[in-house]
Amino acid sequence: MNLVYAASACVAIAATVMVITRRNAVHALLYLVVSLLAVAVIMLLLGAAFVAALEVIIYAGAIMVLFVFVIMLIGPSNDTVNPRSWIGPAILALILLVELVYVVASGSAAPLAVKEITPRQVGMALLGPYLIGVEVTAFLLLAGLVGAFHLGRRLAVTLGRKGD
Amino acid sequence: MSWMWLIPALPLLGFLVLAVLGRSMHWAVVAAVGTGSVGLSMLAAVAAVWGFWVSPPAGGSVTLTLWDWVRAGSFSPSVSLTLDALSAVMILVVTVIGFLIHLYSVRFMAGEEGYSRFFAYMNLFVGSMLLLVLAGNLLLLYLGWEGVGLCSYLLIGFWYSDPENGRSARKAFIVTRIGDVALVIGLFLIATNLGSLDIQEVARKATASWAPGSAIAVAAAALILGGAVGKSAQLPLHTWLPDAMAGPSPVSALIHAATMVTAGVYLIARTHALFVLAPDVMTATAIIGLAGVLVAGFSALAQTNIKRVLAYSTMSQLGYMFLALGVGAWSGAIFHLVTHAFFKSLLFLAAGVVILAMNHEHDIFAMGGLARKTPYTFWTFLLGALALTALPPTTAGFASKELILSRVWESGPGGRILWVLGVLGVFVTSVYTFRLLFTVFGGEPRGAPAHGSGRGAHGGGHGPKPAAHGSAAGKEGLAAGRDGRQAGVVMGVPLAILAVLCIVGGFLDLPRTLGGSPFITRFLETSLPAGTRAGEMPLSTDSILQIVSEAASLLGIPVGWLVSRRAIRVVTQTGGPAARPAFVRFFSGGMGFDWLYERAIVRPFVWLWNVNKRDAADRISDGVGGLSMLLSRAFRWTQNGRVRWYAAGVAVGAALVIAAAVLL
Amino acid sequence: MASVPFEYGLAVAGILFILGLAGVLVRRNLLFILLCVEIMLNAAGLAFIVAGARWGQADGQVMFIFLLSMAAAEVAVGLALILLLYSRRKDLDSDALGGSGRS
Repeated sequence: MNLVYAASACVAIAATVMVITRRNAVHALLYLVVSLLAVAVIMLLLGAAFVAALEVIIYAGAIMVLFVFVIMLIGPSNDTVNPRSWIGPAILALILLVELVYVVASGSAAPLAVKEITPRQVGMALLGPYLIGVEVTAFLLLAGLVGAFHLGRRLAVTLGRKGD
Repeated sequence: MSWMWLIPALPLLGFLVLAVLGRSMHWAVVAAVGTGSVGLSMLAAVAAVWGFWVSPPAGGSVTLTLWDWVRAGSFSPSVSLTLDALSAVMILVVTVIGFLIHLYSVRFMAGEEGYSRFFAYMNLFVGSMLLLVLAGNLLLLYLGWEGVGLCSYLLIGFWYSDPENGRSARKAFIVTRIGDVALVIGLFLIATNLGSLDIQEVARKATASWAPGSAIAVAAAALILGGAVGKSAQLPLHTWLPDAMAGPSPVSALIHAATMVTAGVYLIARTHALFVLAPDVMTATAIIGLAGVLVAGFSALAQTNIKRVLAYSTMSQLGYMFLALGVGAWSGAIFHLVTHAFFKSLLFLAAGVVILAMNHEHDIFAMGGLARKTPYTFWTFLLGALALTALPPTTAGFASKELILSRVWESGPGGRILWVLGVLGVFVTSVYTFRLLFTVFGGEPRGAPAHGSGRGAHGGGHGPKPAAHGSAAGKEGLAAGRDGRQAGVVMGVPLAILAVLCIVGGFLDLPRTLGGSPFITRFLETSLPAGTRAGEMPLSTDSILQIVSEAASLLGIPVGWLVSRRAIRVVTQTGGPAARPAFVRFFSGGMGFDWLYERAIVRPFVWLWNVNKRDAADRISDGVGGLSMLLSRAFRWTQNGRVRWYAAGVAVGAALVIAAAVLL
Repeated sequence: MASVPFEYGLAVAGILFILGLAGVLVRRNLLFILLCVEIMLNAAGLAFIVAGARWGQADGQVMFIFLLSMAAAEVAVGLALILLLYSRRKDLDSDALGGSGRS
């Protein structure tokens, strides 16, 4: 097994565990960023350099920053989680984990060669067979934009009234 | 006579009109519709009987088939009306007496808030009764039978706001129901055995195919007897009649004296062909009748309520009719039915006037001296009483009772004993009748005088007062005291007509010893065989028997006077009817029948009902409800509005689906 | 490039997904819930990449790009909603905001 691969997998998993157990929102965010970076490494190892870059730029860079802004606006929030409420989800997660392992282990564990897939290939695929998906995604983003703008406008009114 | 269907149809039409529109009609219109429909029916009946008499149809009857009712294979009864001598007599009785009583009720029920309801029910009753007597087949007869039973229930419980009246009505309905069940089973037996319920066909087929005394004949006749016993309040199904006096006096007069209770007598006379085939059942009928005469007679001796005396008297006279039927004196029974209708309804109507005059007082020991206060009522009541006690020479009751008793004497080995007991019954009848007469009308006034009797201005034609409320048990009308003299034309005329009929009715069939005019017997011969012929007995024996029974009824007058004096003394000096000796109280309670039925039948049944109140079927139906509550509570858990809960649901579902996909 | 067992990649993606799911079920603060949803989305995307690399095609990466855009739009609107909700209710507890906490 590839050592780098294993190491980044462990980092990703460990970081995610930290994300879901932290009390402080900012701490959780930072751990999530670490997890995302680890995932990006895994993607790189799989020959998907383009999306690894995209993961870092957009996911870790833009989306997480949005979260940071919101946390700034809201202020510190303490989400107290008592250990007892972990029981149910833990059991559920365990069951799902067992099922997952079973499904995965029933396949062959033979390693295959990894082929590098260039951004060019991705671009050709996007603007070729997946053109409609691109258009739809554009719609989606437009909708998100308009929605966020509209909600933001009401927010501005509300916040404005408080005389910030 | 193709318009014969009008006779029952007119009162039924009156019922429909009053039931739908009655509440919004002015009381005079209600009275006109209610009385007018019966009056028109009476005219139609008179015309029909006149036509029947003037030109008698071949075979003794004319049938009008209206339509096919049921067609089930070979069993196809039709709605058909038959007019023969027997039904001619019956429709005259029902319509004439019905009309007179409706006329009386116009004034009697004035001011009641159920005025239109009353006339609607009465019209329905008259229509059903006419259907019953005109029916050409037993199924239609049973329809009329049920109709009159229903109207009896509705009218007994007319003042339904008092639960006691409802209880009496239910008691009447349930007890007669027992008889009705027997009758229905009898009808089933006849229908399956003979294939038809048409009366003439049944008679023909039964005489042809059933051997006398065979099991089927005995069964059919006995079941029909059971039905008649229930409806005519004979032992053992008689306990409802005294309580039925909770209804208004016109109801008691029409239903529980003249017509409905005689439906049993009519039924047996109608199906006499079956009874002839079962001599044991006829003997049973006679014995039941005689037992009824004596039980009711002795019970009447001890009553304190004026209407209950008359109720037991009705039961007693019906016993005489059953006795006559039992010995085969069919026309004697019917003649007594006719005369009894005259004098008993007269007595009830006069009693109604008395009750009103005494301001709704029913206790005879609270009345007295009314002979001077209400003379008109007194004289009419007296004539009715004379007819009831069968005093000679020309009263109607005398003629009919003589007809019965002479036939009883001749009727075979047990006939002598039956005759002796019958004469005993005559004596007892006389005693209780004159006890009643002397207590109510004689002596000094004991009760509170009527409020309005001093005012003479209560002429006829007054409109009813607005309806008040709050009636005590068995209340008679709402307006304050009117007595016969001041009741005006509307209540007085029916009393007068009935009184005249009481006197003159005897001429319909005078006994041989007084000249003999067997008018009714000959008229009925076309449909009822004459039975033992009176001519077989020597005239001298006949005369002696008559003198004995006349003496018995005359003897009752002084005895009745003595009993009345003593009873009044006991009641007024020792404080009320409860102070009377125990045997008197025993008779007053109807010789213990109510007590017996209460303990032997009603209480076990109620106990059983209580035990079974939460039985399996109840539990199952409760369980369904409980189960749905349980499920609802369970499902309420899944809708608690918490996002994480729903997410957990999704996760669980996913786990299950994956497991299913993996394992299956 | 070295050879990588793809099943382990799927396993990693699955584990990350399950962790995200557990986080959604446990945390009460709306912001944390949204964060854990992001984890789940990311894990799904990783699974796509692994599959695409297995077959040596670009389709996996294309799917990941779509998923990424969708996540971005969703986060934008979701965070706007969270801000709005906070400004109105002053509380981001999902239990309090849910069924039993109606004001």
